[in-house]
Amino acid sequence: MLTMQAAPVGLDINAKRQNSMKVLVTVKRVLDYNVKVRVKADRSDVDLANVKMALNPFCEIAVEEAVRLKEAGVATEVVVVSIGPKAVQEQIRTALALGADRGIHIETENSPESLSVAKLLAKVVADEQPGLVILGKQAIDSDNNQTGQMLAALTGLSQGTFASEVKIEGDEALVTREVDGGLQTLGLKLPAIVTTDLRLNEPRYASLPNIMKAKKKPLDVKTPADLGVELRAHTELLSVEPPAERKGGIKVGSVAELVEKLKNEAKVI
Amino acid sequence: MSEAVNAAERESMEFDVVIVGAGPAGLSAAIRLMQQAQDAERELSVCVVEKGSEVGAHILSGAVIEPRALAELFPDWAERGAPLNTAVTADEMYLLQNATSARRIPNALVPKTMHNEGNYVASLGNLCRWLAEQAEALGVEIFPGFAASEVLYHTDGELKGAVKGIATGDMGIGHDGQPKDSYMPGMELHAKVTLFTEGCRGHLGKQLIERFALDKDADPQHYGIGIKELWDIDPAKHQPGLVVHGSGWPLQGDASGGFFLYHAENSQVVVGLIVDLNYSNPWLSPFDEFQRLKHHPLFAQTLDGGKRVSYGARAITKGGFNSLPKMTMPGALLLGCDAGTLNFSKIKGTHTAMKSGLIAAESVFEALGKNDSAGQEIAAFTDAFKASWLYDELYRSRNFGPAMHKFGVLLGGAFNFVDQNLCGGKLPITLHDTKPDYAQLKPAAQSPKIDYPKPDGKLSFDKLSSVFLSNTNHEEDQPSHLQLTDASIPIAVNLPTWAEPAQRFCPAGVYEIVEEASGPRFQINAQNCVHCKTCDIKDPSQNITWVTPEGGGGPTYPNM
Amino acid sequence: MATLIIAEHDNSILKPATLNTVAAAAAIGGDAVLLVAGEGCQAVAGQAAQVAGVNKVLLADNAAYGHQLAENVAPLVAELAKSAGFEYVLAPATTTGKNLLPRVAALLDVGQLSDIVSVESADTFKRPIYAGNAIATVKSLDAIKVITVRGTAFDPVAAEGGSASIEAVTAVHDAGLSRFVGEEVAKSDRPELTAARVIISGGRGMGNGENFALLEKVADKLGAAVGASRAAVDAGFVPNDMQVGQTGKIVAPELYIAVGISGAIQHLAGMKDSKVIVAINKDEEAPIFQVADYGLVADLFDAVPELEASL
Repeated sequence: MLTMQAAPVGLDINAKRQNSMKVLVTVKRVLDYNVKVRVKADRSDVDLANVKMALNPFCEIAVEEAVRLKEAGVATEVVVVSIGPKAVQEQIRTALALGADRGIHIETENSPESLSVAKLLAKVVADEQPGLVILGKQAIDSDNNQTGQMLAALTGLSQGTFASEVKIEGDEALVTREVDGGLQTLGLKLPAIVTTDLRLNEPRYASLPNIMKAKKKPLDVKTPADLGVELRAHTELLSVEPPAERKGGIKVGSVAELVEKLKNEAKVI
Repeated sequence: MSEAVNAAERESMEFDVVIVGAGPAGLSAAIRLMQQAQDAERELSVCVVEKGSEVGAHILSGAVIEPRALAELFPDWAERGAPLNTAVTADEMYLLQNATSARRIPNALVPKTMHNEGNYVASLGNLCRWLAEQAEALGVEIFPGFAASEVLYHTDGELKGAVKGIATGDMGIGHDGQPKDSYMPGMELHAKVTLFTEGCRGHLGKQLIERFALDKDADPQHYGIGIKELWDIDPAKHQPGLVVHGSGWPLQGDASGGFFLYHAENSQVVVGLIVDLNYSNPWLSPFDEFQRLKHHPLFAQTLDGGKRVSYGARAITKGGFNSLPKMTMPGALLLGCDAGTLNFSKIKGTHTAMKSGLIAAESVFEALGKNDSAGQEIAAFTDAFKASWLYDELYRSRNFGPAMHKFGVLLGGAFNFVDQNLCGGKLPITLHDTKPDYAQLKPAAQSPKIDYPKPDGKLSFDKLSSVFLSNTNHEEDQPSHLQLTDASIPIAVNLPTWAEPAQRFCPAGVYEIVEEASGPRFQINAQNCVHCKTCDIKDPSQNITWVTPEGGGGPTYPNM
Repeated sequence: MATLIIAEHDNSILKPATLNTVAAAAAIGGDAVLLVAGEGCQAVAGQAAQVAGVNKVLLADNAAYGHQLAENVAPLVAELAKSAGFEYVLAPATTTGKNLLPRVAALLDVGQLSDIVSVESADTFKRPIYAGNAIATVKSLDAIKVITVRGTAFDPVAAEGGSASIEAVTAVHDAGLSRFVGEEVAKSDRPELTAARVIISGGRGMGNGENFALLEKVADKLGAAVGASRAAVDAGFVPNDMQVGQTGKIVAPELYIAVGISGAIQHLAGMKDSKVIVAINKDEEAPIFQVADYGLVADLFDAVPELEASL
């Protein structure tokens, strides 16, 4: 591993070695975070008709991190992949406008479950041989927080989840993770899987010229069959309901009574 | 940051036509331009900028849509899947006498312009989303999330003073006016012709009207504020295609306006109230008028047991023919509700806005075929406009609004019945309404206070829980997009004279007077703003200027 | 039928989140087996053995598991689940559990149910989606059900009273893929808003930014984070990053104390999942009282100092 004391020559050599690295980023199309979700009247699912869809915010952070690695000369190419119906190409284009180089769309009828997504991505990883894969830690629709970890298991690679900082040093990624009660830093052998937390970076805005350029960047469309993956259901969604509305409790007459209730009844202090 | 610094940093892009605002007028113009270019096998670059985070996000309308202009744009609109799915099946009109009773007005006595056979109950937001898809398929570049914040003018040569295009707003400026890490300077979009289709009270349109004195031969513009909600109702009460209009209670005194209740598809209804902004009582709150309106049995019987899905508000340009400014200027056109093409006698602006876009596209395309078309005033538009059914329609309806303003709902309605049904809008007189809406407010002390009932949380709601359903958001750390020319006026002038009416005319709770130990303070909650523009119109001191916030901010209306 | 539960610990102390997860296992039924994987974590196994309702403790004590790296622990868990025939593998939905369990699920070729809030039947569970704005009822179709558990949704079992046997697990998995470099325990005396167990928030009723010092004193006594409503942020009392609500931070602490906050829906959207909500407001009509478990109609400038004094 390179240290700060290393000679400038060493830095150059190191930079060249890193220069061969490709970064794979995944993006998911989800309900825009500003839009209030609404459960369908028949409670079969949430209603996504005519509502604004957008790039999952954690995925946007993943794209930004990959693009920054490229701008820093650490990565050579940023490949963005998304899985779902044709509409997800809109989110791939957004990622391309933010600076990714090319896109891969794996076309499926619906949005597959995490394990299926991980299996498809594992094939893409095998094909593309990236040095680093960056995913959002979770999608803000299903809130699963699984795909990155599953992909790491299937590819046998190291994992750095909930990253708030990523540094590439030699053949290792130093990933600072947001864990309960603080931060933890791990050294991950490359290639590695990283999932992003909110504080990793603040994504840039796509500029108009870049949005136009993105329309011309290459985008491959594949099917699960092309990748030799058979999708299987692991769960069944039985129903979706709005959360129970909170009911008002009691009024207390004094601070003393409040403290007594919190201690003895609610047992929270 | 000075403009000079901005201008130096900004990059520019060149287009044949730049269109500001992806509403019905702008998208119709874009589509027609491309259709002509394809027919003529000519290269044409057309770009549409839209301040909403997606096309449709800021679109709010009733809407009962007359498909006339759409059919001119796409004769096969039905086969192409335009989202006009609910044909009007019945028209009902009521005059509400008080909080409990209503009188149905026989159809024979309803002005013809208010009959809706052949029209559709639809979401204008969804229609715009569909139009945007058609436009993109034809090669139009549409950029949602980019607000046109500034008009650019040619600064030298023959074209000096002509419109050169627009600049999009800077992104990533903090509330202190300093660039943040995410700072991205705006872009200059230069065009041979720029079409301004921002909708009612467009903030660039307002500047253009002033700069080119476009309204010097017109009456002052008049406005209304429309407040609308979308409801899921009991399917048993749902009558797809039923269209209900009316007026009367709860608006009192000289306040006028009208309500609507449309049964759309999927067991949903839209309900709304339009309050004319020429009301004089500063205690009036259009929002609260609308909330109490829903308790009238005419509405409650439909809404009871239902669930409110969405909420929004938008000002309406309703001055019509007499208030219509000149629509051309060197290098640009002002179209749709940005100019004021809405036909208030039909309470419809979609087909007229679209038609204005179609006419403009044809005149512009012809002009672009000639040399040196950049920066020219397209006079041919005015002739084509005057020869169109749009002009005829607006001319026939010219007295409708002024009659209501002058004679009140009942006598004005009678005048309109005679004018529209018996004379086809050809009565040889023209009524004028020459006092701007903001000048109508009487001092608070001379006006009766209005005691609005508390919302019950079932049929009626408070402002903040309403704004919540508009999915409104603005990046928090940015300068306020609601600018005061003189920061002292709200407390020093508006509060003592009119009890600061902004607290009440704003339907989104943006303006508040906060009582503090040191005295009252005027608070602007810019984050709540649903971009309705009412404050820019109705502030009696004309002290509030609405400017574009960072692109993508504002409401995110679904199905509105 | 047996459930393997991943114990949450730091090699010396068994973390309370484990007790909520054991409670979820109890709701499922069958034997509950706790796995303590770590290094020098004998004491944790001792504590785990005393947890009420635990039938057995598996202790995997090895340097490879010292920092509970997912690359090393996941194969251990997957191997145990398969070889011992566990039908359920549960972990608390903490950052440790969330990091580890999906890796286990993938090794077992099964899906995972994240963050469950209730057990409906042996294979059906409820879990929040869309940041808690909808609740999904989901049925698992897999033979082994891998699940993370939202602690606040299950009342913890007693930490003592049990007497489970402790069995050593000798299998060592060292993938050699990752290494622990360092950690930084949040050094602020006050926790982060999103991670705090207790939050005390002020609204526009605070009057100005200086008055937030009143809340900070209470926060210091309770180990609480200090938040604010948007009205307080908009009024310039406190910075943006303290904002709880729709456009601010979404929080779900065990105790949320709202002081001088009217309770606009935008604020409620950010804190309605708190376990216990206390409202102190002088306006008895304030909407916050409609969601508060305990409401106190009082002048906050009297009530808050009194609250601080009585803690």
